[in-house]
Amino acid sequence: MFSKILIANRGEIACRVIRACKEMGIKSVAVYSEADKDALHVKMADEAYLIGPAQAAQSYLNMDKIIEVAKESKAEAIHPGYGFLAENATFIRKVKDAGLVFIGPNAEAVEAMGFKTQARKTMMEAGVPVVPGTAEGIKDLEEAKRIANEIGYPVMVKASAGGGGIGMQIARNDAELEQAFKMCEMRAKAYFGDPTLYIEKYIENPRHIEIQVLADQKGNVIHLNERECSIQRRHQKVIEEAPSVVVTPELREKMGEAAKRAAKAINYDNAGTVEFLVDTDLNFYFLEMNTRIQVEHPVTEMITGVDLVKWQIKIAAGEPLTLKQEDIKINGHAIECRIYAEDPDKNFMPSPGKITKLSFPEMEGLRIDHGIYEGYTVTPYYDPLLAKMIAWGKDREEARQRMIEALKQTVIEGIKTNIPFHIKALSHPLFIEGKTYTNFIDNLK
Amino acid sequence: MAEIISPMAGVVAEVKVNVGDKVEPGQELFIIESMKMMIPLEADKGGVVKEIKVNVGDFINEGDVVIVLED
Repeated sequence: MFSKILIANRGEIACRVIRACKEMGIKSVAVYSEADKDALHVKMADEAYLIGPAQAAQSYLNMDKIIEVAKESKAEAIHPGYGFLAENATFIRKVKDAGLVFIGPNAEAVEAMGFKTQARKTMMEAGVPVVPGTAEGIKDLEEAKRIANEIGYPVMVKASAGGGGIGMQIARNDAELEQAFKMCEMRAKAYFGDPTLYIEKYIENPRHIEIQVLADQKGNVIHLNERECSIQRRHQKVIEEAPSVVVTPELREKMGEAAKRAAKAINYDNAGTVEFLVDTDLNFYFLEMNTRIQVEHPVTEMITGVDLVKWQIKIAAGEPLTLKQEDIKINGHAIECRIYAEDPDKNFMPSPGKITKLSFPEMEGLRIDHGIYEGYTVTPYYDPLLAKMIAWGKDREEARQRMIEALKQTVIEGIKTNIPFHIKALSHPLFIEGKTYTNFIDNLK
Repeated sequence: MAEIISPMAGVVAEVKVNVGDKVEPGQELFIIESMKMMIPLEADKGGVVKEIKVNVGDFINEGDVVIVLED
């Protein structure tokens, strides 16, 4: 086992990893930018090193500097957290070349999932369901009609060279397809200089459900159930829960097995998450794999009792996975609310500034992962995540009630937060009924 | 005369006008990057840009004057 680990991150996740180190008797090394000299992770770690100015490109993304500090401080391994360098294959190779251990997957596995069309192909070969459609361009309307009828309406017509929603149209029958085909072909040619189109099944009212996996370096892979993460704003997750209200034991097993096949297909090691879109008929389709620890990992920890960050460290140190699939159970229900420095009255605009008053409640079944303290100034340089509040209950309703109570008792003054939004969302009939689709926030208005 | 102030702390990502430009109400004047979001700031009324007090890359605090407009 390692005796010292460098954490190449900041904020709540750096604090989370430092906590795991403390519990394992491992010394922790923090790195920080000039803007973060007073940050909580710097105070919590055994040692801390300044690595550059506020701009992430010159500090938290400065690979050579971080590796230099790791060697200078005699750390044996680097934990990347999420974001920053967590899914950067070049960094992983540099860490290895420096004689250090990267606490995360191998570089090849990260690359295999990084290129989306390649990942789709690999998943299809591994028998993991992907959104049905054509990977290559279609040559004419007749072919488009044949394919659309094969995969079933509604379908989405997309420009191969497209992006940002341009040259994309839904078709629900042959007549609409004819129109959509002409329109998209014209736009694709005009905007991208390439009229090539492809067709994908359009998933209506999808849910975003992901499977947590753990894999060791010996090829053992287990899954740790699902997390439901459908509630998102600007493609940013806001509320997550586990288990999902729609996932039956049979579906869980099917999705879990698919996620394990995905991990095995790319020789994955360490903690990872396979994300799926789930349609209203409970068909699931591979979306992408996140090759790192995720923000929402605590909900899985709360219902399984498995400490994912400690396992990341153990697996990176070469230890075999001693957990078997049958050891992974579901105990109760957990809900996580991401507390962002945002002003819900001003269209969720960022709200950096000094926290003049801070008080989190303490109650049974409540966990708070955060990187702030009273008197701390939240800088505008990084993401707005201040804290994650996670409530556990013996069932979903108990977790929901506990979460609302905890949110009501939380005091954060000096800056605005999205706590009022969370209380509103968790009290909404759609949430209570478990009707949490990716359009949940739009329907809240 | 009207002073355009920054509604939040952040870094000036883009200045979209020059001194002497005539601006319309609702026109985007500059963009602040704060907490990984790009926030456009608009003129609440029309005028002529008299002074630009910031450069791209500058850190600004909430309440800082960024641009002065002349009627």
